[in-house]
Amino acid sequence: MIPGKNLKYSKDHEWVEVDGETAIVGVTNYAQVQLGDIVYVELPEIGMHADKDEAICAIESVKTAADVITPVSGEVLEVNEALEDNPELINEDPYAAWIMKIQMADIAEIESLLSEDEYADFCENEG
Amino acid sequence: MKKTPLYESHLNLGAKIIDFGGWMLPVQYSSIIKEHNAVRESAGIFDVSHMGEIYITGYDAARFADYLVTNDLSGINPGKVIYSPMCYLDGGTVDDVLVYCLSSKNYLFVVNASNIEKDFNWILSNTKAFQVKVENLSDSYGQIAVQGPKAQEILSEMTDINLNDIEFFHFNTSMEIGGVRALVSRTGYTGEDGFEIYLPAADAPKLFTEILKIGKDRIEPCGLGARDTLRFESCLPLYGHELSRDISPLKASLNYFVKLKAGDFIGRDALLQEMKTGVKKKNAGFEMIERGIARNGYIIFNSSGVEIGVVTSGSMCPTLSKNMGMGLIDAEYVKSGTEIFIGIRNKQVKAITVKKPFYKKKYRKQEV
Repeated sequence: MIPGKNLKYSKDHEWVEVDGETAIVGVTNYAQVQLGDIVYVELPEIGMHADKDEAICAIESVKTAADVITPVSGEVLEVNEALEDNPELINEDPYAAWIMKIQMADIAEIESLLSEDEYADFCENEG
Repeated sequence: MKKTPLYESHLNLGAKIIDFGGWMLPVQYSSIIKEHNAVRESAGIFDVSHMGEIYITGYDAARFADYLVTNDLSGINPGKVIYSPMCYLDGGTVDDVLVYCLSSKNYLFVVNASNIEKDFNWILSNTKAFQVKVENLSDSYGQIAVQGPKAQEILSEMTDINLNDIEFFHFNTSMEIGGVRALVSRTGYTGEDGFEIYLPAADAPKLFTEILKIGKDRIEPCGLGARDTLRFESCLPLYGHELSRDISPLKASLNYFVKLKAGDFIGRDALLQEMKTGVKKKNAGFEMIERGIARNGYIIFNSSGVEIGVVTSGSMCPTLSKNMGMGLIDAEYVKSGTEIFIGIRNKQVKAITVKKPFYKKKYRKQEV
């Protein structure tokens, strides 16, 4: 699956779309395949602050619960409430089913994320 | 890591393989929910070859088998299967097993994969006063489960035997099916009607492929993921979760399978005592009221925030579209309708105790 956007990626399998000082965050196709049927998304609270690499919310499949690790520091501006009742949207199109928008505290953090090619290599080596 | 005789078949079907207690087994082929629904609505086929087969034979086989388990095996005839916990002297659970009575001198114990060695050694260590031989033949057998409302229809197209003759929890010792010989019982671990087929390991791939071919779009290959959601929805216990070394069958609310009045068995005194004094903790079912999924090991609290137990299994139930759980909690909270709270990450999430099973089993039982 090719997202068709200029995205950045974390080693925790989140994607980031940068829109000015806002980061739109979701999980990658690799992540949703690994998780299987997603049945619950615990969204973060709007207004909460999280530091890069912190567990900010969680996604649960039938089999397991996985933390969503925020790829950038900042404040949660908005969450995708559609996921509350339709968590399977992440399985259907992980690059459309964004989870949250973050007002970035330090836009330079983006530089530490992976490019599409780097992320593809990273996934290949993961197994 | 161990592979079942069907390992190659799973790879060919594109299964996602996981390490399950040292066994390389499929957790899913396509989607756990899809596989789960197939079993509830039509049929599913499972590789359960990792399960153990321990034979007890000899003059005292019947008496010894009955002595090992908490259920009552006296008076069962060849062709009958009994489910039972098997306990330690102190009432803790060694395993839960299916006992197949092949003859009065020959019993087959089907045991959980992760417990094979432990069970075998436990059984051997208790043979002293009995004239019996105990053999672990687990590696020689494959086992395939075909479950769901269309299981019988599909298997009937592969055998001349009238499957109606195999009643619930009964078996045919040696029938021809799909060109191989197998022991076939009307048993399962899904809450649906269905069969479990035991056969020589070498024949397993042939039969597995044949069932999928004959069943076509009526059957889905199902992995361990669906096996777990199906058994969970039906509230069938899983060793290591609802039952364990420290959880007696009485704590697990399996009183029905503990026959304290039917002669001696290992653990009887301890269980009698536990019954007399009353169990302090008991397994209860619950439904999540607030959003969240309870998982094995999460802590359970009462409404004052006091710890009262632990979740033994929890999942979203695909058939019920509800988040349910089972947990071992202080006996005073077991009564259905009691508000409890599950510690999920950093929150205490509201749930309510409910009656088990969550899903009413669809067994084909004759009224007795």
